Amino acid sequence: MKRNKGIRSIIIASSLGTLIEWYDFYIFGSLAVVISTKFFPQSNPTAAFLSTLATFAAGFVVRPFGALFFGRLGDLIGRRYTFMVTLLLMGGSTFLIGCIPDYSTIGFMAPLLVLILRLLQGLALGGEYGGAATYVAEHSPTKERGYWTSWIQTTATVGLFLSLSVILIIRNTLGVERFEDWGWRIPFWISIIMVIISFFIRKNMEESPVYTKIKSEGTISKNPLKESFGNKYNFKFVLLALFGATMGQGVIWYTSQFYAMSFIGKVCGVVSQQTDTIMAIGLLLATPFFIVFGGLSDKIGRKKIMMLGILLAVVAYRPIYTEMFTTIDCAHKTEITKQKNVVIKMSAINKRPFDSISTTTTKIFFDDGTKMELIKKDTVFKNNIIKPCNDVKKSITLNNKNYWTLVFLIFIQVLFVTMVYGPIAAFLVEMFPAKIRYTSMSLPYHIGNGIFGGLLPTVATYLVTTAKSNNNPDWYLNGLWYPIIVGSICFLIGMIFLDKNDNKIKE
Amino acid sequence: MESIKKYSGILWILIALLIGYFNIMVMGIPKFQSGKQEDLVFGIINIFLLTPIIVGGLLVFGYYALKGEYSQEKK
Repeated sequence: MKRNKGIRSIIIASSLGTLIEWYDFYIFGSLAVVISTKFFPQSNPTAAFLSTLATFAAGFVVRPFGALFFGRLGDLIGRRYTFMVTLLLMGGSTFLIGCIPDYSTIGFMAPLLVLILRLLQGLALGGEYGGAATYVAEHSPTKERGYWTSWIQTTATVGLFLSLSVILIIRNTLGVERFEDWGWRIPFWISIIMVIISFFIRKNMEESPVYTKIKSEGTISKNPLKESFGNKYNFKFVLLALFGATMGQGVIWYTSQFYAMSFIGKVCGVVSQQTDTIMAIGLLLATPFFIVFGGLSDKIGRKKIMMLGILLAVVAYRPIYTEMFTTIDCAHKTEITKQKNVVIKMSAINKRPFDSISTTTTKIFFDDGTKMELIKKDTVFKNNIIKPCNDVKKSITLNNKNYWTLVFLIFIQVLFVTMVYGPIAAFLVEMFPAKIRYTSMSLPYHIGNGIFGGLLPTVATYLVTTAKSNNNPDWYLNGLWYPIIVGSICFLIGMIFLDKNDNKIKE
Repeated sequence: MESIKKYSGILWILIALLIGYFNIMVMGIPKFQSGKQEDLVFGIINIFLLTPIIVGGLLVFGYYALKGEYSQEKK
């Protein structure tokens, strides 16, 4: 009982910091649409959005470097000190992103500064997760490692949920216009308060008992990088962890939680408020299953649960996304023609007094309660020649039934995530010896999640956009090829190479 | 299972080569030549990030598998 109380306080202190780091990291992705209008030139909105996604992805790409740098430090000087540094680095970078003037004020310095701070965020996160997972695992009883580390596993999803909730609250409080003008900066500023609180909580934590033991015995690694990756025996497990587990886990995590959000909002055009709440409710309902599957993995093994999660996701993604698309798509809905409302407004263009923008807002109502708003902006020159805009902004407000259908479909997808992600911290910790654990487990985790997973929204959005412009009839499903192929390869490797009962730490 | 592990090494090497060819010749070089910004971003991600990790990693993994490094006796 006393032991459990001790672990609980360790879990709370570790998880809170990790949760804040995930919040910091995902706030950027959750605000991608607004950020693309603030920090990038608006001559081509699609390119601006893709550039934002690429900047978002840059943070993921450097995660493995953070894993190497901080993982090495964690194995050399201890877990606790290292993840204190990563926490401060992350908090500072996030706060500063909220302070950068926009593109119209400082030009190309704006995206450059965003990119630099985003890279620092990625480095910090690369060091944080492995430290927190290792720290908790090294405090946990061997037979309950899956259960206790699964609390750390909830933090990524809860961090995403928290970022969406903070955005929702601020957007509702300020109103859409003020939020898009300056209010989007507040979620970045809030981070610094949370980081300070977390820093003081972590400050009082003690070093992991396993690390303290190997330190007192003098068996700490002198060169963790060399021992992790220069030693063939260990390196083959790093490769196995990557290709047999984290690669598939990464693409499933980012498809089910990030691409799903981009699919509903950007591909299908659902209004951002509904998109955010659909995601938030789906995430909230599924989050307890991280603990369920983490705990279950202590009893029946990590491999079975993780592989089943990957298989279910790979098989179910196309049917789920088809259902999501048809639920939202207005093409087969019956329009109430007499309620159709078209408003045309003319507004002058700055510094071009004879030219103007014609904004046509069309509101369409359907008999099932769905509403659709189409906004088209055409340029009208002084000689009345019209340059039509090909980008029509579509905003769909769903009826109640369709809204909850989408919540359910998100919930199912996050359930797959909980199966794969819940047990994976314990799985990775158990693969490597304590003296090089921080370094060895961090790299495959962050390549799987940072590179394979983090690049997924950019790659999938690109595949969808290209398929749509090529008039592919299944264009909206094209983004799924990436997670399906990567997930399938990972499933095959995992099934063949992972040991079903290998729950012992190799010391 | 041991022989499946070993000979599947050939499969991983073949998959690595296939992905390498597809990523460079179909989803890589043509994207640099299209002149569109979105193609360029995708091409850079594909050629400089995904392809080296997938191809390099899978080739080494396949080689290790083929050499029997993942057999029970070597664990």
